[in-house]
Amino acid sequence: MSDNTTYGLAADFENPLALMKAAEKCRDEGFKSWDCITPFPVHGLDDAMGLKRSKVPFFTFIGGSIGFCTGTFIAWYMNAFDYPLIVGGKPFFSPVFPFPVMYELTILLAALSTIAGMFILNGLPRHYHPVMKAKNFAGTTDDILRITIEASDPLYDSDKTKAFLHEIGGTNIQELED
Amino acid sequence: MAFSDQFSLDGKAAVSPEVLAEVKPAHKPRPKLVENDRSFSWITNKVCGIVEEKTPTWWWVAFSCAVFLASFTAIGLTYLVTTGVGVWGLANPINWGWAIVNFVFWIGIGHAGTLISAILCLLKQPWRTTINRAAEAMTIFAVACAGIFPVFHVGRVWFAWWLFPLPNANAIWPNFRSPLLWDVFAVSTYATVSIAFWYVGLLPDLATVRDRAKTKIRKFAYGFFAMGWRGSNRNWSNYEMAYLLLAGLSTPLVLSVHTIVSFDFAVSLVPGWHTTIFPPYFVAGAIFSGFGMVLTLMLPLRAIYGLHDLITQHHIDCMCKITLATGTIVGYAYTMEFFIAAYGANPFEIFAFINRAFGIYAWSYIAMFSCNVICPQLFWFKAIRERPHVVWIISIFVNVGMWFERFVITVTSLARDFLPSSWGYYSPTWVDIFTFFGTFGVFSTLFLLFLRFLPLIAIAEVKAVTPQADPHHYEGGHH
Repeated sequence: MSDNTTYGLAADFENPLALMKAAEKCRDEGFKSWDCITPFPVHGLDDAMGLKRSKVPFFTFIGGSIGFCTGTFIAWYMNAFDYPLIVGGKPFFSPVFPFPVMYELTILLAALSTIAGMFILNGLPRHYHPVMKAKNFAGTTDDILRITIEASDPLYDSDKTKAFLHEIGGTNIQELED
Repeated sequence: MAFSDQFSLDGKAAVSPEVLAEVKPAHKPRPKLVENDRSFSWITNKVCGIVEEKTPTWWWVAFSCAVFLASFTAIGLTYLVTTGVGVWGLANPINWGWAIVNFVFWIGIGHAGTLISAILCLLKQPWRTTINRAAEAMTIFAVACAGIFPVFHVGRVWFAWWLFPLPNANAIWPNFRSPLLWDVFAVSTYATVSIAFWYVGLLPDLATVRDRAKTKIRKFAYGFFAMGWRGSNRNWSNYEMAYLLLAGLSTPLVLSVHTIVSFDFAVSLVPGWHTTIFPPYFVAGAIFSGFGMVLTLMLPLRAIYGLHDLITQHHIDCMCKITLATGTIVGYAYTMEFFIAAYGANPFEIFAFINRAFGIYAWSYIAMFSCNVICPQLFWFKAIRERPHVVWIISIFVNVGMWFERFVITVTSLARDFLPSSWGYYSPTWVDIFTFFGTFGVFSTLFLLFLRFLPLIAIAEVKAVTPQADPHHYEGGHH
C-alpha cells in the first residue's frame, strides 16, 4: 500500500480497442477499485470491465409504481371520497376515466426517479474527484481514453501496478493525488 | 466488407456467413454519419467553438429582432389580463379560437424533438445524434410557447393554478372525467420529462465545455450544471441505462400527449370533432409539423456554423423522408374523415365535412390540404431533397399548413354546429394576432440563447457513433 496522499495511477490508451483489451486485462488481474475515463460511452466496455448490469431500472420501477398509485389515489380521493362530484351521471370512481392521469403520473415519476437513480448510483453531484486533478484531465472529455487504478485496491502496489499499466499498453502513466 | 462501411453499433455481424452466401445481399455501404473522417477533438472543437467564440454580429441582430417580436406577446397578454378575455376574437358559438389553435400548433411542433431523441433512439437510428440536442431544445421552447395559450385562456390568469389538483378556498377538486384535466397532466408531464431528458443528455457535454472554460464565471456555471461528471465508465454504465429508460418512457409519453390533446376535441360531441381517428391523426400531424420545424431550424444553422460534416445530406434525406411519410399519413387521415362521414350517414357529420372543404372556410381547408398533403410529395425526388433552399421553403409551408389544420378543425366545426340560429364567423382581433406572432419571438429568443450557451450538437453521442469509436474498427488493421 502506498502513502495517504496518493489516490492511484492513471494511464492513457491509444484507441477504444486498446482501452478495451487493457480493461479486460485489469479485470482478469483481479482489480476491484479501478475505472475507465472516456469522453463517450465505449460499446462493450462494461463487459470488458466486468461491470454488472446497471441498477437504474429498479429506481424506474419504484417511481413508476408510486406514480400509478398516486394517480389512482388522487382521482378516487378527490372525485369520489372527499368531494363526490356528479358529472353526467357517470360513476364517482372507475379505473377507466382517470387512466390518462394515472398513465402520465406513472411516466412522470418513473422518469424523475430514473434520473435520481442515475445520480445516486453515480455518486453525483460531487464537487471534486481526484481524477480531475490529473494531467490532461480536460482531454478525457475530449479524446483521451484513460484507465485509473486506485490505491485503495488490495492488489495495488505503486511500482508493480505502474509496470502492469505499462505492460498492457498504457502511456503517460501518472500518479494521482488524493 | 469492412466494419467502417457497414457500421453496426455493436459491431457483431447479425447473420451467419452461410446465409449471407445464399441470399447474396447487395453491397450498399451505410452513409457516413460524420463526413471527412473527422477526429474526436475536431468534433469537440467544432461544437464547443460555437459556444466559446465571440458573440457574432448576426446573433445580436437576430436576438434583437426576436426580443422585439416577443414583446408583441407581452403587449397582447398585458392588454388581455388588464381588460379581460373578451378582447380575443372569441364569441358564441366559437369559444375556442386561435388560443387552442396556437396551443395545439406549438405542442405538435415539440413532438419531433421527442421522436428524434426517444423513438429513433429505441429504433437504433444513429443519425439522430447530430440533430437530437437542437430538436429537444426546440421541443422545450415550443411547449413553453404552447403553455402560454391555455394559461391565459382561463381569463383570470391568477387562478390558473386551479387547473392543478391543489386544495383551494372553494374546497372542490378538478373533474377527472374531463379531457382538459387529462391535458393538464399530459402537457405538464411532457414539459417536465422533456427538460429532464434534455438535461441528462447535456450532462457529459457540459463537462466538456467546463473543462475547456477559460473564465471563472464559465468554469463555475458549466461546472455547476455538469454536476461533477468525469466520464467514468462506471458512471457511463448507469448513464446509458438511464438514457435508454428515459427514451423508453418518452416514447409512450409523446404518443399519449397528442392523443390526449386530440381527446380535447374527440371526447366532445361536436360534428367534425367526435371521431376515433383523431388520436393517431393528431400524433402523425404533430410529428409532421415538428419535422417541418426541425428542418426550418437546422438548415440555416448548418449553413451559418458550417456543420456540413455533422449534419450531412443523409440527415436531410432522412428528415425529408419522415416529413413525406407523416405528411402522407395526414393526407390519408383527411381523406378517411370524409369517407367515415359519408359511411356513418350522420347528417350533421356529413354537413360538417362538406362545410369544411366547400363552406365559408374553404380557403383555410385549401391552404391546409395543399401545404400538408401536396407540398411534401416533392420530397419523393432526390433532386429536391438535395437543394437545402427548396427543402427549407417546403418546411415553411409545412409549418403554415399545420397551423391551418388546427384552425380548420377548431373553427369550422364550431362555426357551423347543430343549430343554424347559432352559427357564426370567427375572426381574430389584433390582440390574438399580437399574442400569436409574438410567440415566434419568444421561441426564437429562447432558441438563440440556447445556441449561445449550450452545445447544439450532442458531442459525446456523435463521438460514440463515429467509426473510430467502435473498438472493432481497429481490428481490421486499418485506421
